[in-house]
Amino acid sequence: MNNKMESIPFIDSPEKHAKLEAIIAEHKTMRGALVQVLKLAQEVYGYLPLEVQEQVAEGLDLPLEEVYGVVSFYSLFSTVPKGRYKISVCLGTACYVKGARAIIDKLAELLNIPIGGCTPDGKFSLEACRCLGACGLAPVMTINSEVYGRLTPDMLPGILAKYAD
Amino acid sequence: MYRSHVLVCGGTGCTSNHSAEVIEALEAEIAKNGLAEEVKVVRTGCFGLCAAGPIMIVYPEGAFYSRVNADDIPEIVTEHLLKGRPVKRLLYQETVENDSIKSLNHTDFYRKQKRVALRNCGVINPENIEEYIARDGYEALGKCLTEYTPEQVIDIIKRSGLRGRGGAGFPTGMKWSFAAANQADQKYVCCNADEGDPGAFMDRSVLEGDPHCVLEAMAIAGYAIGASQGYIYIRAEYPIAVERLEIAIKQAREYGLLGKNIFGTDFCFDIEIRLGAGAFVCGEETALMTSIEGHRGEPRPRPPFPAVKGLFGKPTILNNVETYANIAQIILNGPEWFASMGTEKSKGTKVFALGGKIHNTGLVEVPMGTTLREIIEEIGGGVPNGKKFKAAQTGGPSGGCISAENLDVPIDYDNLIAIGTMMGSGGMIVMDEDNCMVDIAKFFLEFTVDESCGKCTPCRIGTKRLYEMLEKITNGEGTLEDLDRMEELCYYIKNNSLCGLGQTAPNPVLSTLRYFRDEYIAHVVEKRCPAGVCKNLLRYEILPEKCRGCTACARNCPVGAISGKVREAHVIDSAKCIKCGACMEKCKFGAIVKK
Repeated sequence: MNNKMESIPFIDSPEKHAKLEAIIAEHKTMRGALVQVLKLAQEVYGYLPLEVQEQVAEGLDLPLEEVYGVVSFYSLFSTVPKGRYKISVCLGTACYVKGARAIIDKLAELLNIPIGGCTPDGKFSLEACRCLGACGLAPVMTINSEVYGRLTPDMLPGILAKYAD
Repeated sequence: MYRSHVLVCGGTGCTSNHSAEVIEALEAEIAKNGLAEEVKVVRTGCFGLCAAGPIMIVYPEGAFYSRVNADDIPEIVTEHLLKGRPVKRLLYQETVENDSIKSLNHTDFYRKQKRVALRNCGVINPENIEEYIARDGYEALGKCLTEYTPEQVIDIIKRSGLRGRGGAGFPTGMKWSFAAANQADQKYVCCNADEGDPGAFMDRSVLEGDPHCVLEAMAIAGYAIGASQGYIYIRAEYPIAVERLEIAIKQAREYGLLGKNIFGTDFCFDIEIRLGAGAFVCGEETALMTSIEGHRGEPRPRPPFPAVKGLFGKPTILNNVETYANIAQIILNGPEWFASMGTEKSKGTKVFALGGKIHNTGLVEVPMGTTLREIIEEIGGGVPNGKKFKAAQTGGPSGGCISAENLDVPIDYDNLIAIGTMMGSGGMIVMDEDNCMVDIAKFFLEFTVDESCGKCTPCRIGTKRLYEMLEKITNGEGTLEDLDRMEELCYYIKNNSLCGLGQTAPNPVLSTLRYFRDEYIAHVVEKRCPAGVCKNLLRYEILPEKCRGCTACARNCPVGAISGKVREAHVIDSAKCIKCGACMEKCKFGAIVKK
């Protein structure tokens, strides 16, 4: 998983900040709250930059290294922003034996970004993900919450074109 | 009273195939035809036959529509629901015989199945507790609380012979008795719904299709061991399952089936959901508990076992979703009933997630002892496109491959271990002659390298070195000595890792080395990939007798590796070729071959 700190400037807003404060306050007494709070924080900000991790650490009264340790451990958490359209290609076994590798390679070629990367305009990001459990539709990918199944490489330009805006 | 019920699958597979739009269209069309009082639409859980999704069944006839599209709905509503004439064109073809509709239970896919854990999936609306109660739901919990002592409950589970469905196959009753024997002010019941094996989705389907059966079983377990709090640890990647669990917990609380003084007894039990954040190692019991506590999900040494010191340092039991899905049925039908199914040491049924190169991908539940041949050829409908079966992979990244010579082995925990693989959670991926077994081993190692938590050196570094050796072989740089060194390293990793992840991570390599050594040797000695998968060992060639010299390949080659005159045979310069395959795709004459 890609955990390197990026130099993309972090933009906070009072609304987001207040939302996170509320999340922290709500979970403060819950046992083992850190993972749950980070998940909600990521829903607010889209990712978990150092600034957000600091706020969580302070709010839950935990050392920052413990927060960072958890963030870097789980694949759900990202310290870099994702594209507006997040493409996740399932590389579970069922998808793999049905050619998911060719799908993700073709996407990387079409978008001209590496797996795990984001296009410079912030529009698309591409990642490999773990089994989505939609094995009957293999190979499968999702773009945000939309699911595309039974893919072949030549379907991809048409699908990407749907996200023209 | 409704005269007709239309059941539409709302599992992940069918939802991904737009079954929500089908339901929407159906409800609109039914209202338009004034049938809202007569026909009821029910969104159910998984029917199992995901390959034919979205799936829809109309009762009382039992007409089974497959691959339903929202555009087909007006025709189905006016013809079938209004005029009573099923639209044969859209029915699952195997259920149409002459002019009548065959019951689903007589199709190849369902005939050999025996549904215990999946009994309510695709039958009830999982978001309505009353439908579960109507199918004897919570009766087992009531029976335990009012008729049995905790010791008797444990004894029933022990006598049933139920073993953990999560992978290792530890006897469930024994696990419960260990936790029951320990005195503590607080104990916990946990459910492992962190279904991490790629290609396994039975736990998700149970939670989506029948969430209450898991809640009921956890409460029974709580009564048996003396715990008042349960946790369900579920993958965040399963949004539909999480949502249905939340609804189910809320409804169970409202009905007094969770919470204080259940069934008017002294017994109190409640359940909370904890979301996993994507870490395969959290399927290991101690790592899962560390993760619920909010930390990095690293495993702890055992002993102390969780039955003594588990979650938050208290005695804890952890069972898998499918294990829980059997509990209520065992209580209601008796341990003898359950033990009458299966083999000598593996009782009951097992759910398998069939995937990969197989006709009927989906979920199947069969008695233990069914052979792989029955599952793949009869239920699964065999390998599509006339290809030859090569292997079935079970047990995910911890498991191994079953080759054609072992197709007739009756499947149970012990037989699978004897042939070098394991039950795992029940994923079963079928591979045909186009899959390279060295590449598959590399695929699994890439997974374990990524998922190793890093605590133990043999696993963290060892899997990485193993992966590098496989990469060397698939690049055509391997030697025969590498094969021996790889085997040696495999046993070293197995013997020196703390948890199940490291102990089983080399299995995909060992098992492919055992059954498909000839493929490794082809890579190493002949520098050839027999399945034509490993890019660096491929060579594209133009067959001069078939080439018409149309120049399509040369124009499409991104690196200019193809030369030749118009209307004359072309040639590929293999030193320049990057093996992208673009030429082969463009050739209309089949003149380009992969070697």
